[in-house]
Amino acid sequence: MSDGPAKLTVVTGAPAPGRKRLTSILIHVALLSASVLMLYPLLWLLAASFRPENEIFTSASIIPSAWSIDAYIRGWNGLRTSFATFYLNSFIISGLSVAGNVIACSMAAFAFARLNFRFKNFWFAMMLMTLMLPYQVTLIPQYVLFRQLGWVNTFLPLVVPKFLAADGFFIFLMVQFFRGLPKELDEAAQMDGCSPWRIYWKIILPLSMPVLATAAIFTFIWTWDDFFGPLIYLSEMKSYTVMLGLRTFTDSTGESDYGGLFAMSVLSLVPIFLFFLFFQRLLIEGIATTGMKR
Amino acid sequence: MSTPIQLRRLVKAYGDIEVVHGIDLDIDPGEFTVFVGPSGCGKSTLLRMIAGLEPITGGDLLIDGERMNDVPAARRGIAMVFQSYALYPHMNVYQNLAFGLETAKAPKAEIQERVQRAAEILQIVPLLQRKPKQLSGGQRQRVAIGRAIVREPRIFLFDEPLSNLDAELRVQMRVEIAKLHNDLGNTMIYVTHDQVEAMTMADKIVVLRAGVIEQAGAPLELYNNPKNLFVAGFIGSPKMNFLTASDDGAGIKVAGNNVNLSRSVAGTATLGVRPEHITIAEGSGIKLADITVDLVENLGGQTVVYATTSDGQPLNIVLEGQRKVELGSTVGAYIDPARLHLFNAEGNAI
Repeated sequence: MSDGPAKLTVVTGAPAPGRKRLTSILIHVALLSASVLMLYPLLWLLAASFRPENEIFTSASIIPSAWSIDAYIRGWNGLRTSFATFYLNSFIISGLSVAGNVIACSMAAFAFARLNFRFKNFWFAMMLMTLMLPYQVTLIPQYVLFRQLGWVNTFLPLVVPKFLAADGFFIFLMVQFFRGLPKELDEAAQMDGCSPWRIYWKIILPLSMPVLATAAIFTFIWTWDDFFGPLIYLSEMKSYTVMLGLRTFTDSTGESDYGGLFAMSVLSLVPIFLFFLFFQRLLIEGIATTGMKR
Repeated sequence: MSTPIQLRRLVKAYGDIEVVHGIDLDIDPGEFTVFVGPSGCGKSTLLRMIAGLEPITGGDLLIDGERMNDVPAARRGIAMVFQSYALYPHMNVYQNLAFGLETAKAPKAEIQERVQRAAEILQIVPLLQRKPKQLSGGQRQRVAIGRAIVREPRIFLFDEPLSNLDAELRVQMRVEIAKLHNDLGNTMIYVTHDQVEAMTMADKIVVLRAGVIEQAGAPLELYNNPKNLFVAGFIGSPKMNFLTASDDGAGIKVAGNNVNLSRSVAGTATLGVRPEHITIAEGSGIKLADITVDLVENLGGQTVVYATTSDGQPLNIVLEGQRKVELGSTVGAYIDPARLHLFNAEGNAI
């Protein structure tokens, strides 16, 4: 790494290669220590999930004295309901939320970005205002509404709103992206006989992969990590999500199984990691305007 | 297959601001009409109103005798080529060409046949599997035209289609579009701000300024008989010379020189002289003025002389062939009186 710049500096008469190398080493040491410092909690969690139970809170080292996967086996089946059920529940809720948000928000954004309707600006401002409402403000009215619908203790309160484009942030994000797509493409499609629906489906959506991927990633992470929503609406253990399952390990009724908790915590990170890994590819594929001559 | 278009008192307004002021125009079946004018003159707006991309505020648009004001763009039988080409970036050339037909739910075999035929006409068969970003400007232009041809429309609209190409390619594509018009015989409307494109391609030129038609007619009609100063200055390259002239009752005077014209004007007027109609050889036509040569450009085929009259009015002359003209010398400028254009104080031709 340091060879290339060293060669260049010879030409410009900068400091000697030896000193350059020392600077480089110092920088790397500083950066590495900062990384370790920041990763320490995560590494500690990983270590804690593999070390003997009695060592968890007594050792600050991130190398366990003995390795074992007991905590994983114990954690997975340690509760009345298996973690497999929690995972399934989390996947159902997160999957439906992603689908709902991507479909509904993009449709709402298309309307705001491309269609003309009465009071468009007013509705757009209203949508932006929902961004500023804290979740806690609408929580109780929402709860009352869902209870009257008989939806409490089902997944519906967590999933149905996503299909109604309730997430103003993503609508806003997509409106900005759609506005950046050349209007001539819509007009060309219009001349080709496309209805607004077909323009949305065949032109706008395929060109908006980066923003759709962004919305998908964040929706997945936020729903997967959501503790509060499931806590409010889900009361039976068989409908718990992974996050609620983790809390159950530290129940006040009996002894807490910290090894199991940490093992399952580590596992709960895996889907997010994989999801991100898969979708981030789409983020970078900015293909939007390459058919235009500008 | 050719279709007439009629515009009757066509008006476009954005809120209170009227940008197109009651345009009346007849476009004959199969005619190649060029809308030309400076930017902001409303030529693109007019085209987009015909296309159906811009709602018509007032008046009537008739295509084949049928009122089209409220008919959606796709059902007007019109195809349009955009300035930016507007190719769908995520589709390959074949899909770009086929998209309109797929939207119209044409049978697959027919789509394939029509795309193939259009691709052959435009010589883009080897490009069919490529994405737009893998094409050069000229190739993209062809695909954009192909997308219009495939739909077999009654009318073609072109919105400054060549303005993104380099000079050489522009000339080549200009010829190809003209050929295409000869082969297909459709009614075509072409918008440009380049008067050379207008002169070379059009059956009829429509000169627009500030939302009104200044003059419409065949290219040479506009060249020979411009109705006013604006058209006279806009059509023709290099630009027509305008000289201030006065008439004190004893004939028209330019730069103190009596021009022997049979016409007369009251007070001041403008004399229009095309650079290519002036000579400096004595005895050819009437004497216009004495001029001092400021600059000479030898282009090989032509010699361009930039000169000034004795009262400081600029006069440009284009001489055929290679001519020896002394810098700083004073020579006489002569012209055939039939080729002089005279405009009154309001700028209208007399």
